[in-house]
Amino acid sequence: MSLTPPGTTRPRSTGRGRRARRPRRAWLGWAFALPAIAVYTTFVLRPLALTVQYSFYDWNGIGAASWIGLDNYTRLFTEPELLATILHAFELIVFFSFVPVLMGLAVAATIRRIAQSRLATVARTVLFLPQVIPLVAAGIMWTWLLSTTGLVNQMLSAVGLGSLTRAWLGDFGTALPAVGVIGAWVQIGLCTLLLLAGMSKIDVSLYEAARLDGAGPVREFVSITLPSLRQEIGVCVTVTVIAALASFDIIYVSTQGGPGNSTMVPGLEIFYLAFSERQVGMASALAVVLTLLVLLCVLPIQRLTRDGNR
Amino acid sequence: MTHHFIGRRPAGRTRPVMAVLALSGVLAAAACSPPGGDAPTTGSSAPADVKTTCGTAPVTLKGYFETGFPLPKTLSEEFTKQFPNVTFDIREDQFAVITQNAPRVLADDPPDLMRLPQVSELAKDNLLLNMDSYAKAYGWDKWPASQLEQMRFGSSGERGTGSLVAMGLNFSMTGIFYNKKLAAQIGMTQPPQTLAEFDTALQKAKAAGIVPIDQFNGGATGGLAFPLQNLMAAYGPAAPINDWIFNKPGATIDTPSNLQATQHLEKWIKSGYFAPDINSQDYAMMMSRFIGGKNLFIFSGDWESGNLDKQMAGNAGFFLMPPAQAGGKQAAMSAPLTYGVGAKAKNPDCAAFFLNWVATNQKARDIGVQVGGSHPMGPTDAYMPEVGKDTVTAATLAAGATIGQDNGAMDFIANATGAIYAKSWTPQLQRLVAGQQNPQGLLTAVQKDYESQVKG
Repeated sequence: MSLTPPGTTRPRSTGRGRRARRPRRAWLGWAFALPAIAVYTTFVLRPLALTVQYSFYDWNGIGAASWIGLDNYTRLFTEPELLATILHAFELIVFFSFVPVLMGLAVAATIRRIAQSRLATVARTVLFLPQVIPLVAAGIMWTWLLSTTGLVNQMLSAVGLGSLTRAWLGDFGTALPAVGVIGAWVQIGLCTLLLLAGMSKIDVSLYEAARLDGAGPVREFVSITLPSLRQEIGVCVTVTVIAALASFDIIYVSTQGGPGNSTMVPGLEIFYLAFSERQVGMASALAVVLTLLVLLCVLPIQRLTRDGNR
Repeated sequence: MTHHFIGRRPAGRTRPVMAVLALSGVLAAAACSPPGGDAPTTGSSAPADVKTTCGTAPVTLKGYFETGFPLPKTLSEEFTKQFPNVTFDIREDQFAVITQNAPRVLADDPPDLMRLPQVSELAKDNLLLNMDSYAKAYGWDKWPASQLEQMRFGSSGERGTGSLVAMGLNFSMTGIFYNKKLAAQIGMTQPPQTLAEFDTALQKAKAAGIVPIDQFNGGATGGLAFPLQNLMAAYGPAAPINDWIFNKPGATIDTPSNLQATQHLEKWIKSGYFAPDINSQDYAMMMSRFIGGKNLFIFSGDWESGNLDKQMAGNAGFFLMPPAQAGGKQAAMSAPLTYGVGAKAKNPDCAAFFLNWVATNQKARDIGVQVGGSHPMGPTDAYMPEVGKDTVTAATLAAGATIGQDNGAMDFIANATGAIYAKSWTPQLQRLVAGQQNPQGLLTAVQKDYESQVKG
């Protein structure tokens, strides 16, 4: 039990001795990892495997299940209503991902330029606030803002645009974009902060050199800031695209998929299929497809943004 | 150093691969048996001998009730007062949550008393106690048959006949509440007697700048199903609609009279008789606007009577949907506040004793009317508490008697299958409001969904 520093024994051990000890060390390593592996297997891998298994059955969640092979999957791709949910999710990517990343870039660049002032700190805090608020609370708050008598309509009326007022979340044309706005509001803080952190890592001498060469702020941004932020942008896009495709809480709180399924997304549809229609097999199939879809969208983004650094 | 690491890599790589392979093997083995099949197999037949008492030993009844409705809790408190050996362990959730949880809760952790959604699928999976023996022992089978038929489930998979699988705490009924002050402004001194008179009142209100009807129809709650079913009752007989709700073979909602009703509803929408934002309104918002005097009519049910007597004392009125022809028979959505006993519940005898007490005890019936606002269950000649003459509660109780005479009680069209409301009626009605669906298209779509859901 003597407390010998690790360095003291190492030099003495021969190469042979090391090899002899390696298996035992490996065993010990696995032993340490075992609790984590057990938890991970029970709560992540097993449910994953079960979801895949359920997707081949016709099952109501209680009674006996019957094997139906790929029927659930064929139904997924032949029922226009289920396909529409996937299209809605892709539409949401515009709001959940593109808007926050673009606005995040603009805001971060602005904040960076005024980095020394107190306003920058305030702006950072305010912008990050939506990340701290639970999504459900954000959803509730926005349903008030977007209701017929809500702040959005009041402001429109106040500036003489009363003809534009409507029940934003209850109108077929505006419900999905309105939900998208809530998502954009939530995501923008995260993107800004990530990009800001990335900007602070950029070597200042690069900017000095550019300025000596006569580059303006726009040139600096395009030639230095943007390429240097490749990885951060990659993270932002990845996180927000996943949020868009797997969205559930904001929509469940604000529209519950309505009016007339116009804001129905796969996450919500899985919930309805499993708990209201009691088609656990079908819900599992949609969940599997959603998982694959997320991977399909996210892996290329990861590749694209990583390649630049190799 | 680099060399050392490169040398190790192959071994390091294969090991996790082997581990993953082994793991997936284990998972595959574990996942081989088909899911389910753990549902209780008892419950399809009624228990042979039953006790009609809670006994004297301490009993804890496990209850799963609906949030926002004080009736069951008030009843349980009174019951404990009268039978001190019985205490309650109550869990409360919103109705939507109960609907989603019902199968799993009844299978895994069956309560003695549970507020139930539509019972067909639960009964099919043998999750509910068959109450036939209790019905016989307590004489429930001698009550008016219409009170219990919605909770009967037959072996062929249809509701309305067969074994009793649940009970009601009371039975509620829907119709139209109106604001008396606003009604006076348009010269409506008594409820309309025909559909045409009702149309005139709507038109007058609109002309006077009053919102004629406010109705929730947003999110997953298509509240236009209320006026629609009432219109269906005005245009045609109630029996075919009940057959459809009870899943009788060959039943259809797509009938000529129902088409007329849906067209009438569309006419109301197009004439601007509804608040313009009904597609974004939930039930609570509708009630707060009505109580705040923002509109003339709402379609709702007598469960609000007690509430409205408090919040709009003297200013709220109630009438049943008027018939298409003067003096015609009237029908209304009327359903028991359904409570059931889990097939594997610990204290079924005491739970059944409680349900019988709710219908027969004088104090319990008082609570049923005053707190619940609805008609208690039980024989027609049972004790009825006195209510103030000018209250809405008096109006709804009187309307209940009319429905009884006309034999016009219908279950709610949203209760035909577990998913028909959220997945069919609601989106279709929201489309009708937005002008994206027409009456015939709506009925065809709902019927198509219904057939696939009943078959599945």
